[in-house]
Amino acid sequence: MRHHLILRVVTKLLIGVIMLFALYVQFHGDYSPGGGFQAGVIMSVAFIIYSVVFSLADAQKVLPPWFVHKLMAVGLLLYALTGVYSMFAGYNYLDYDAINPEHPVSGQHNGIILIELGVGITVTAVMVTIFYAFASRTPPMDDEAW
Amino acid sequence: MATETVVHTALTLTDQLPALQIVVPFVAAPLIVLLGGRRWAWPIAFAASLASLVIAALLLASVLDGSIISYHMGGWAPPVGIEYRVDAANAFVLLLVSAISTVVLPYARTSIAREVSERHHALFYTAYLLCFSGLMGVAITGDAFNVFVFLEISSLSTYVLIAQGAERDRRALTASYDYLIMGTIGATFFVIGIGFLYMATGTLNLADLADRIADKGDSRTIRAAFAFIVVGIGLKVAMYPVHRWLPNAYTYAPSAITAFLAATATKVAVYVLLRFVFSVFQPAFIFEVHTLEFIILPFALVAMFACSFVAVFQSDFKMMLAFSSVAQIGYILLGISFLNETGVTAAVIHLFNHGITKAALFMAVGAYVYSAGGSFYDTMQGLGRRMPLTSAAVVIAGLSLIGVPGTAGFISKWVLVQGALEKGWWPVAILIVGSSLLAVIYIWRVIEVLYLQPTPEDSRVREVPMSMLVPIWIMTLACIWFGLNTDMTMSAAQAAARGLLAGSAGMMGQ
Repeated sequence: MRHHLILRVVTKLLIGVIMLFALYVQFHGDYSPGGGFQAGVIMSVAFIIYSVVFSLADAQKVLPPWFVHKLMAVGLLLYALTGVYSMFAGYNYLDYDAINPEHPVSGQHNGIILIELGVGITVTAVMVTIFYAFASRTPPMDDEAW
Repeated sequence: MATETVVHTALTLTDQLPALQIVVPFVAAPLIVLLGGRRWAWPIAFAASLASLVIAALLLASVLDGSIISYHMGGWAPPVGIEYRVDAANAFVLLLVSAISTVVLPYARTSIAREVSERHHALFYTAYLLCFSGLMGVAITGDAFNVFVFLEISSLSTYVLIAQGAERDRRALTASYDYLIMGTIGATFFVIGIGFLYMATGTLNLADLADRIADKGDSRTIRAAFAFIVVGIGLKVAMYPVHRWLPNAYTYAPSAITAFLAATATKVAVYVLLRFVFSVFQPAFIFEVHTLEFIILPFALVAMFACSFVAVFQSDFKMMLAFSSVAQIGYILLGISFLNETGVTAAVIHLFNHGITKAALFMAVGAYVYSAGGSFYDTMQGLGRRMPLTSAAVVIAGLSLIGVPGTAGFISKWVLVQGALEKGWWPVAILIVGSSLLAVIYIWRVIEVLYLQPTPEDSRVREVPMSMLVPIWIMTLACIWFGLNTDMTMSAAQAAARGLLAGSAGMMGQ
């Protein structure tokens, strides 16, 4: 798409806005509709549109596949370890009161932000991985391979 | 602003066991991806599996007296919150799954090294741990929707694991795809059933569901829910008419995965079926009694004969065992359809005994694949002399599959026949014995190939390394041990059966 000047310029302008909107949906998700899943998908859109308009290689320079794989694990671990932390504090698994025992409400609030961040990171990474997998697909197998 | 201070008593490690049961393998899985190295993958997977085994043993020990452990996820009390509920029935399943996993993993290290290319190892063990924690989760949770979520976690990772067999045989891909389609249909039916239950009762907690269904009584919505759930789980169990995904999936998956899945995946699904049929819906409902007697029972009998018969004519050892698995699931379903305590005890105990027997046999198949390069009878000719230890294990586990006295398989068939006689169903008891004769034929074919046929002159086949032999023999000795010493398995199975049937007071033993 090298010669589509308008597309390229508009995309460059949009990517920043898309990412900002993703972060808004992520961190405002506990007050308004939104949360980790939606934010993760929106965030991944920024990378997907970049690789559609520019090229897969360009996108993978920004976000190499090995790094996306690690991100998937990081998000999941952030979620799970939040729960493990409350276990260490002597509460049930994922009981956010443990994060701030003095003020359980603020503990609940911070807890949900933490695990939603985990969800957001994992969903972004998974969506990008699925896109990479389809975009860099190897040619289909020939009949002999069976 | 005066805030109310809530006194919180800190939970001890013992209180956290139900959550740790799932959290340990579940955290270990992304940890492998994060560390990335194939060097760390196996040790982490094994440590997580071993820790789960210890936790499961502790849990079983504390619920064997009939008590129930309830763990509230996130501190939300049931029925609103998700509850982990451990009783004798699922503690037994938890122990089985984690024990099989812990024995299979050391075997997998050697076997997988040859069957799956090295660059996939880290992700392979991640998928394995996810499958493992999914299966454990299905067993431990007391929430109907949570059952579905864990079922999907284990199923999705199972599709990946089966597809890993593609390096040995490309047909693993179609087998995995078949299972993906069938498994998704099953899961959809299951979740539709749960939707109906939620519509009828407004709750998702299994214990609460049982109470409300008992209060409300029969309704068309509840019947529809029952039908959808039985068919959905039936697909996962590989109940006779919907079992077609199983033989290919088992045959083309990597050997270690087949051993693990055969001993655990269908067994966990059977547990879910037991839980729904006996705890959530009470057998007091006539539609349930009719379903069991006129649909499950005949299909179980057909499975026992048809699939054993098909197994006789296979030329691939692994495919033969896969068909035999469907037949053996028939025995388990038969026990369930008796609707009495002995029958359910037989189902639970066969779930365990068949699990260890099939794990031993499928691991032995993997040994032939490792050494001789295949599991076809042609390639196995005369290997009884080349691989004496593996072949001896095949003979003993094979006897257990037939149900020869002194082996684990005998105990479960004995209890099953007792259950049939208690009901006064003489013909069924005769059919149980009759179908065992078919097992004699298909096991004899293997023994003949191994011992009575000449070893090819140029054969360079050697016995497999100790890392594979020891797990095979642990399972084989377990087949004998649980055939001679039945205290532990029988008391656990009886406690489980009593717990499951507790909701159906007045219907027992009729």
